[in-house]
Amino acid sequence: MNVAPRLVDLAGDAASPSLLTLDRVSISYPTRDGILTAVEDVSLALSAGERLVLLGPSGCGKSTLLRAVGGFLKPSTGEIRMNEQPIGAPGPDRMTVFQEFDQLLPWRTVLGNVRYALERGRSLSRREAEAVARGWLERVGLKNFVDAFPHTLSGGMKQRVAIARAFALEPALLLMDEPFAALDALTRRQMQDELLKLCEETGSTALFVTHGIDEAIRVGTSILALTPHPGRLAATFDVPPGSRTRGTTAFAELEQKIQQAVFADPELDHG
Amino acid sequence: MADITAPKLSEAPALRRVFEQTPWRRLVILAAFALAWELYARWLDNALLLPTLGATLSALWSAILSGELPNRTLTSLRVLVTGYALGVGVAAVFTALATLSRWGNEALGLLTSMFNPLPAIALLPIALLWFGVGTPSLVFVIVHSVLWPVALACHAGFRAIPPTLLMAGRNLGLSGGRFVAEILVPAAFPQILSGLRIGWAFAWRTLIAAELVFGVSARSGGIGWFIYTSRAQLETASVFAGLLTVILIGLLVESVVFRSLTRITVQRWGQERT
Ligand SMILES: Nc1ncnc2c1ncn2[C@@H]1O[C@H](COP(=O)(O)OP(=O)(O)OP(=O)(O)O)[C@@H](O)[C@H]1O
Ligand SMILES: [Mg+2]
Repeated sequence: MNVAPRLVDLAGDAASPSLLTLDRVSISYPTRDGILTAVEDVSLALSAGERLVLLGPSGCGKSTLLRAVGGFLKPSTGEIRMNEQPIGAPGPDRMTVFQEFDQLLPWRTVLGNVRYALERGRSLSRREAEAVARGWLERVGLKNFVDAFPHTLSGGMKQRVAIARAFALEPALLLMDEPFAALDALTRRQMQDELLKLCEETGSTALFVTHGIDEAIRVGTSILALTPHPGRLAATFDVPPGSRTRGTTAFAELEQKIQQAVFADPELDHG
Repeated sequence: MADITAPKLSEAPALRRVFEQTPWRRLVILAAFALAWELYARWLDNALLLPTLGATLSALWSAILSGELPNRTLTSLRVLVTGYALGVGVAAVFTALATLSRWGNEALGLLTSMFNPLPAIALLPIALLWFGVGTPSLVFVIVHSVLWPVALACHAGFRAIPPTLLMAGRNLGLSGGRFVAEILVPAAFPQILSGLRIGWAFAWRTLIAAELVFGVSARSGGIGWFIYTSRAQLETASVFAGLLTVILIGLLVESVVFRSLTRITVQRWGQERT
């Protein structure tokens, strides 16, 4: 287990230019009772092709951090850069898959949702957008549901649409905020495997948020643990490809290691 | 990834489908009401106070045949549509201002809370002072009756949009007019639609009331005027025929226009249960 500073070093390392850099980022919310610091002094760097998982218990500021990277929130101090440029307003170069099921446009069909995103986000013509959208919906196993409206889908299927939409836009960075948290354990496992496959096939760079250690090991190439109140970096772990298979000893050992390092209370790990 | 297969559907029994789709309960209630009216009117036997249903219908029929009622109705509807469109347009502008700026937000909140409880018809005297007797005064009170409920509903609708949906829209790089037209408006459509519905009902009521008050002075009056003159000539059956027309047009717009609009939009999108 090595500790946070590694990432700060990486940020300044010219040899491996990072795609995303967070430089001492703190984020706070104004509330009725005063200012709530949700994230404090987080620095990290992420290079292309990496999949970084933010792991931590509920309320430690994972979503907050992800929203700031998405451009939906401004850090109160520090800077977020992509390709060494400060990030601006939200845009299709950073596509977010949210935890909530209501991220699809209810007035568009499954195909319509993905097609519309492509028309607006990638400025494709309607016909091109439709072809690309169909291709991605097929890849996530939804070709029988292209004409369905979102409210007729199950939660897992909605998340598949959101994932298809995000991948279809070919963002430089994929942001995923516990996309499987509201699914049952079996579906969640299946979705994790399928997501991993998609990421590997496309070589996507991703920032993934979860509070499940097994999920973190399964989908990430490295894991960052956060402590709550306020959210700070606690530890980082690399996930060697050999540890990524469920049921192997390497997987179990890494899981154990993270658990001991991060969660004092063993009840907390599976959400 | 493995394809998810579509679920199999089985057919609901035909008889039950017919039963569920026809508004037969309503028809039964309507028939019972008509029967009660007819019987009570016959028993009362006073055509000046309460004409029978039959007399009312025949008065309605002859007023339609003579062309008077259709003309009056058309006059009313023309004023109504003008006022309604204007009111909805102004409401859209107000809501846009309120959504775009804090001052606009406060202003709309204050204005709606001030004017929404004020019956539009109470402004008729002022309207008559400002615009004189005629269509402009009617349009003015109709605009007033439509504007506030519609603006209130649109504004509430915009504010009730789930934040995730807003973020999903902004994530595509949308902003300005496109964001409003392609995300905000459809997302708030259930509320907007119910605002339009309420606005319509208010406008229709206000118009009939205003036409009644106009009384003696309007030469080319609408249905309200028809009711007023019929009463003055003690043709109670025609009064009832006029009222029936008001109800029928209200029902027609409600059940044809708004019902189908609801069906092809918010019900289809799962934003309102069927
Ligand atoms: N809009 C907001 N206004 C005020 N405080 C907020 C807001 N959003 C989040 N917070 C606070 O910031 C802290 C971090 O919240 P955040 O949603 O980022 O946590 P999280 O790690 O994503 O938790 P979870 O795993 O439950 O999703 C919490 O204490 C929360 O109460
Ligand atoms: Mg969260």
